Amino acid sequence: MGAAPILEAIHRHERGRILAALMAELRDLDLAEEALSEAMESALVHWGRAGVPDRPGAWLLTAARRKVIDRWRRAARLAARAPDLRLLAEADAAAREEPAPEIPDERLRLIFTCSHPALEAKTRVALTLRTLGGLTTAEIARAFLDTEPAMGQRLSRAKAKIREAGIPFAVPGPGDWAARLGSVLAVLYLIFNEGYAVTAGAAPLRVDLSAEAIYLARMLDQLRPDEPEVLGLLALMLMTDARRAARLGPDGALVALDRQDRRLWDRAGIAEGEALVDRAMALCAPGPFQIKAAIAALHAAPEIDRRQIFLLYDSLLRFEPTPVVRLNRAVALAETGETAAALALVEALRVDLHSYQPFHAALAELRLRAGQGAAAAEAYGEAIARSGNAAERAFLRTRLAAVQTAADPKKKAEQSSAQVQQGGKDTEGTPVSHEPR
Amino acid sequence: MKYLLLLYGGDLPEPQPGSPEFDRMMQEYDGFNALLERDGIDWSGEALEDTGSATSLRKRGGRVETMDGPFAETKEQLGGFYLIDVPDLETAMRYAAEIPAALYGTVEIRPIMDTAPLLPGG
Repeated sequence: MGAAPILEAIHRHERGRILAALMAELRDLDLAEEALSEAMESALVHWGRAGVPDRPGAWLLTAARRKVIDRWRRAARLAARAPDLRLLAEADAAAREEPAPEIPDERLRLIFTCSHPALEAKTRVALTLRTLGGLTTAEIARAFLDTEPAMGQRLSRAKAKIREAGIPFAVPGPGDWAARLGSVLAVLYLIFNEGYAVTAGAAPLRVDLSAEAIYLARMLDQLRPDEPEVLGLLALMLMTDARRAARLGPDGALVALDRQDRRLWDRAGIAEGEALVDRAMALCAPGPFQIKAAIAALHAAPEIDRRQIFLLYDSLLRFEPTPVVRLNRAVALAETGETAAALALVEALRVDLHSYQPFHAALAELRLRAGQGAAAAEAYGEAIARSGNAAERAFLRTRLAAVQTAADPKKKAEQSSAQVQQGGKDTEGTPVSHEPR
Repeated sequence: MKYLLLLYGGDLPEPQPGSPEFDRMMQEYDGFNALLERDGIDWSGEALEDTGSATSLRKRGGRVETMDGPFAETKEQLGGFYLIDVPDLETAMRYAAEIPAALYGTVEIRPIMDTAPLLPGG
């Protein structure tokens, strides 16, 4: 194998680790990235000539360090940089004495820096994908339907802010731990959902962000084992991802969770998720991701325990008292057979959620079950108007058509019994939450 | 690192002087100052008079032009500042959250520029 493909593989697997190690010495992400890319260039030349070194990652780290030393020397700012330079030179000398050192793993610190709350949410996501996921700026730009220059600017502004505003390169202390870990997990979940929401259309051009998020969550779990919420998030993502193949019907429309063809589910992914939920629960520190994972596990069980799912949404509400969780809780209540009570709960959320597509979809479904056909059709219309996704629209249109034929006595006679049955509550899938949110 | 904490009012109504709420707010400011002292933070800070007393000045073509009022006419008024020297943004944010202004308005955290690399011979 030539130097280039080996270099690419190392880059994919060790980039985060090398960058984090450089960041620990330099406290400047921009400089660290530039030094690493210069080191990669010289690796192409050297490895092509002399072969790939024993520890290519350590080689790259040392080379990058020397690039920085060179750069500072050239800039003739030795006086100002003396303390930094001494530190680097010491690290370099230490690396020389021991020819194959392990790269110190500073990635946990880097994760917390990249998802610091002083950065904008989208920037946290982009920066995490760039530094720890090793995605290129072009790939991230495509993933978020941004132009490459715009994404490049966003990333360099973020790196400048980290340096100039003094965003720490540190694992937060116990006082900030829960909140800051929450911010990291939110970033990973955003990455996952971005990948999961778009499965058709532009997909071939985009990197698999769901897989990327799972990769990053596994890394986090390795760096900080037995953290209940990390286990919960990983479980949630694995179980959601395991149902990917059953998510869209042959017509490209979304299939509600409980109506999916279970034979298409990846049993291994679900089993791993279930085991992780058990491990997390055993640690006795409940949190929102663990609850969402437990809900996902219940949906994957052979017999779905509707009551238990409703109770879990109840506990989720204590952690996330948001209108969206209230909506999902109301839908879970409807699934236990309490249609009228659920409908009242959903109606009460109109002020908060009137521009949220799933609100109208849930309202439509519950009105239909309550026998309010015309009102249901109206709500489906509202939902379709607010949907930004073709698969989702296809799903909603099918439902709307079913309501309209059911309401029209002439067409009703032509309808097959299977379609009529769709309106009955026993065969009904969860109308809003294809996945727990 | 040094940070300038700019205290902006305007989002929510602030307690009016003479009210018990105002006295409580001033006590909270005293408490915050005491916290900085207790933690051994190098700091300074002042409250500013109302923007009605502000004068804005600029020099164009060698001539000084002045204007009555603040530079930017916004709902949010700059009401005071703290200058603190702390290790990083995390710490700066922790202190900023303790300032009463954070309850009514917004505290903007601005890092003080490190000018050493810009100076000759630096």
